[in-house]
Amino acid sequence: MKEKLKSLLQKLFGDSVRAFGVVSLVFLFSLAIAPAKNHFSEWRHYQHGYLKMIRNRSDAVTLQRHFEGGIQQIWLPDLGVVDRCMSCHVGLKEASLNDVPTQPFRPHPVIPHKLDQFGCTICHRGQGAATTVAEAHNSTLAWEQPILPAKYIESSCGECHRGPLPGAPQLNQGRHLLSRYGCVHCHMVKLPDGKIMKATDDPPSLSHIGDKTTREWIYAWLKDPQAYAGTATMPNFKLSDDDARDMSAFLIANSTPLPGDTATLSAKASSDPSAGASLYGESFCASCHAVQNAAGNVVGGDVGPELTRVGNKVKPEWLQAWLRNPRDYDEETAMPHYRYNDAQVATLSGFLLAKTDSDLLANVHLEAATPEQIARGKRLVSDYGCASCHEIGGIKKPENFAPELSRIGNKPVTQLVFLPGMQHTLPDYIAAKIKQPRLFGQALKMPQYSFTPAQIDSLATALLALNDRAATLPPSLTVAATPESDYQPAGKAGKLMTDLACFSCHRINGHGGDMAPDLTWEGSSVQRQWLVGFLKNPNTLRPSLIRRMPRFNLTDGEANELTDYIMTVYQSPSVDRDSMPLSGYPQGEVELGKQLFYGKYACQGCHIVDTKSDKGYIGPTLTQVGSRLTAAWIFAWMKNPQALRPGTGEPNRAMSDEDARALTAFLISQKGGGKSEVAKK
Amino acid sequence: MIRQSLSIVALFATSLTTSCSRKTASAPLPQPTAFGSAIVESSGGKQTSQAGMALPQPLVVQVNDQQGTAVPGAMIEFSAAAGVAFDPAYGLTDSSGQVATNVTLGGIAGRYQLTAFTIDKSRKKVALTIEEIALGYQQTLGRQLNDQYCERCHNPESTVERVSNFDNLEIKPHPFSEGDTLNKMNDADLTAIIGHGGPALNKSALMPAWGNTLSKSDIEALISYTRAISDPPGHDAGPVYAKN
Ligand code: HEC
Repeated sequence: MKEKLKSLLQKLFGDSVRAFGVVSLVFLFSLAIAPAKNHFSEWRHYQHGYLKMIRNRSDAVTLQRHFEGGIQQIWLPDLGVVDRCMSCHVGLKEASLNDVPTQPFRPHPVIPHKLDQFGCTICHRGQGAATTVAEAHNSTLAWEQPILPAKYIESSCGECHRGPLPGAPQLNQGRHLLSRYGCVHCHMVKLPDGKIMKATDDPPSLSHIGDKTTREWIYAWLKDPQAYAGTATMPNFKLSDDDARDMSAFLIANSTPLPGDTATLSAKASSDPSAGASLYGESFCASCHAVQNAAGNVVGGDVGPELTRVGNKVKPEWLQAWLRNPRDYDEETAMPHYRYNDAQVATLSGFLLAKTDSDLLANVHLEAATPEQIARGKRLVSDYGCASCHEIGGIKKPENFAPELSRIGNKPVTQLVFLPGMQHTLPDYIAAKIKQPRLFGQALKMPQYSFTPAQIDSLATALLALNDRAATLPPSLTVAATPESDYQPAGKAGKLMTDLACFSCHRINGHGGDMAPDLTWEGSSVQRQWLVGFLKNPNTLRPSLIRRMPRFNLTDGEANELTDYIMTVYQSPSVDRDSMPLSGYPQGEVELGKQLFYGKYACQGCHIVDTKSDKGYIGPTLTQVGSRLTAAWIFAWMKNPQALRPGTGEPNRAMSDEDARALTAFLISQKGGGKSEVAKK
Repeated sequence: MIRQSLSIVALFATSLTTSCSRKTASAPLPQPTAFGSAIVESSGGKQTSQAGMALPQPLVVQVNDQQGTAVPGAMIEFSAAAGVAFDPAYGLTDSSGQVATNVTLGGIAGRYQLTAFTIDKSRKKVALTIEEIALGYQQTLGRQLNDQYCERCHNPESTVERVSNFDNLEIKPHPFSEGDTLNKMNDADLTAIIGHGGPALNKSALMPAWGNTLSKSDIEALISYTRAISDPPGHDAGPVYAKN
């Protein structure tokens, strides 16, 4: 062996000349490695490929002129961006390459931002400085930032845009679901702007649950909330029969009665289904509550719980007390106080109690609970964190029951436990965890939701946006969300508005729901007399809407109280309701307005003035608009509807003052007959 | 060379592939207990979603025999261009002869042709092609504007949430998917009629002018959306991705 080596050395470095030659060759080679590596680098290969591809295109000359060889880099020190992606993605700015089917030569799709101002990795993640495909796109031990899959791309929008963003529905939906399904009851989410994310699901207090329902129902619900109501937001905790038996025992034993609920039935529940259905309809219960119809579709709003099987759930005496005044049981409820009389309570409760499903409780047979079972139930109720969502007498709301998610978008992959066979990326982990949390460990407490794949992706999108960069962006780079105000109306009228739950549907001064019109400027918009009448007996303004203003059976005093408040307090600074008269316009102007209405602006496409000829169905009916709106409001509305009600479907026609005045004259002359003239369809 | 092709594969995987990690693989392929002779779409074709995202409804296909009766226990396999994920990617038809799968489209906007196969008695493949549309950012924005401002007149179908105004219009607009009409109008025509209303193209004033309500980029987004959903597709409908 030694001999052989010796002879080899002898052969190579025999004499000094030969030695010099060999050493120089070795040097030369090693010097050539760097340029050769450069020459054969991937980006050069792609740039060659690009030039070859564009050569035969009709737009070759332009593309050729735009082409710049070598490493291309976007450097944005403010954002910490050093992106060389365009060294391979050469055609990103060439819209004409839209017919190229695959990467890396497709143009970037149209977005509201300029590539030169944002770079690539701000949205797509990955390693911007890398110059090989693998290093740029995949994560390595040193760089843990793989490319974000396209399905989660909107999470990057969410780092800067803190409120709802047009064109990013997935992000918007994900954020909505985090609140709507109460994720944030257990998982604290401190938003990048410092606010704590609030839940919007409004779980009921369980302190008096024995008044409302039976142990059997609680048992069935705990076992499978969606079996009772497909739309229920409460997740399935996969409880064993024993667990559900003991927890239901505890909840009933722990419940204390409220005086009103246990009163004997004041009215016998009536069994006239048609009267019940029509009262349910007139009260527009369906605006907030859904019911599964014969075809199996769940129809109705989602502000309140689904009522398909409510007869299996509620006790008759509780239901009647609730219908009489829900605020006695739950002061904060979104449900209005309808002021039903005894007969109406009887009719409506009879109708609702008949909504049952004989299968639901058929197999629930519970024996009287033992003290041990109740004690065990209490332990389970604490262990599962029920009090994170529900108020339960004697049990404290646990703090930080589940891991905080404020920076989940940056959780290092090394800290995650993956399931066998799944990709080791953070987005995959989050999605899998939401989909089936207990797969990650039988002892885990996170419950099972029944989200669709699209909902899971949207939740993951919203969560990925909660990361270090979002939290540390300078405010100048962020687009803040419009904060929900905590506006409360004052005085007697204010109390009345709370009692009627106006804010469950209407928004005023930045507070409230979005189901019904914003009332911030209602006092400038409507005439006093009309408002009093409407509050007492709301008729339909928009025949095409399924959600409508219910009738609350207000007294004259109440209707006047509310009207006075609205007329004085809710005024627009830009519309002086007394600046234009409600009548007395010259006939010529009215006539001109009519021509404009049917001709130039073709308003009859959406509105009805003459019930005999007009058919427009999607805007408010205008047969009595002259008794409803103020002339000043109509004029301002003609000039710029979006300025008065952002997002309204009425187009801004940039009308001249003359046209707007003539249309105002025409519309204000539509005083209607005494009766509602809504077209009967 | 090998390295290059590997990296191209990696590139495709990362730019196109979304998550196909939840494959039900590893379990052995189930054996069909029956064979049909035709495969038909039951629901879920012609949907739109955003690029890279799950379709709103599952795709449901059905295997029938020669008499057109549903066949339970037949095997169905789904396939499509790289980047499209099916959950599950195959399965045996249920008691009503159907298999439902959740589909996630590829990361680039365009038209995705999905294929569903079954095998007939003579072990021949019977295939069905279904098209789904993936929208990019601009088209997604267009879709949202359409929902907010246009759909009520242009879509003749009503939903629970939105009553259509189509029947009430003396002159009927066209649904934006109606390629036979809209493909004949170039972008300048569409910009003119959306911005300035029907009279801009000597059409009815029942089509209002939106130029003071919508921005220039909003109108571009609406046009881009109508092009994307056009049926039959026009020349600028976006690339087609089929299994090659
Ligand atoms: C009030 C009902 C209405 C609304 C709302 C409406 N349109 Fe139209 N649109 C029409 C009518 C009617 C026509 C047909 C005009 C004709 O053929 O004379 C039309 C025609 C069109 C056309 C020409 C092709 C066709 O369908 O005949 C386009 C493009 C169009 N509208 C786009 C839009 C867009 C974009 C929006 C939303 C920003 C919109 N429309 C909202 C009523 C409406």
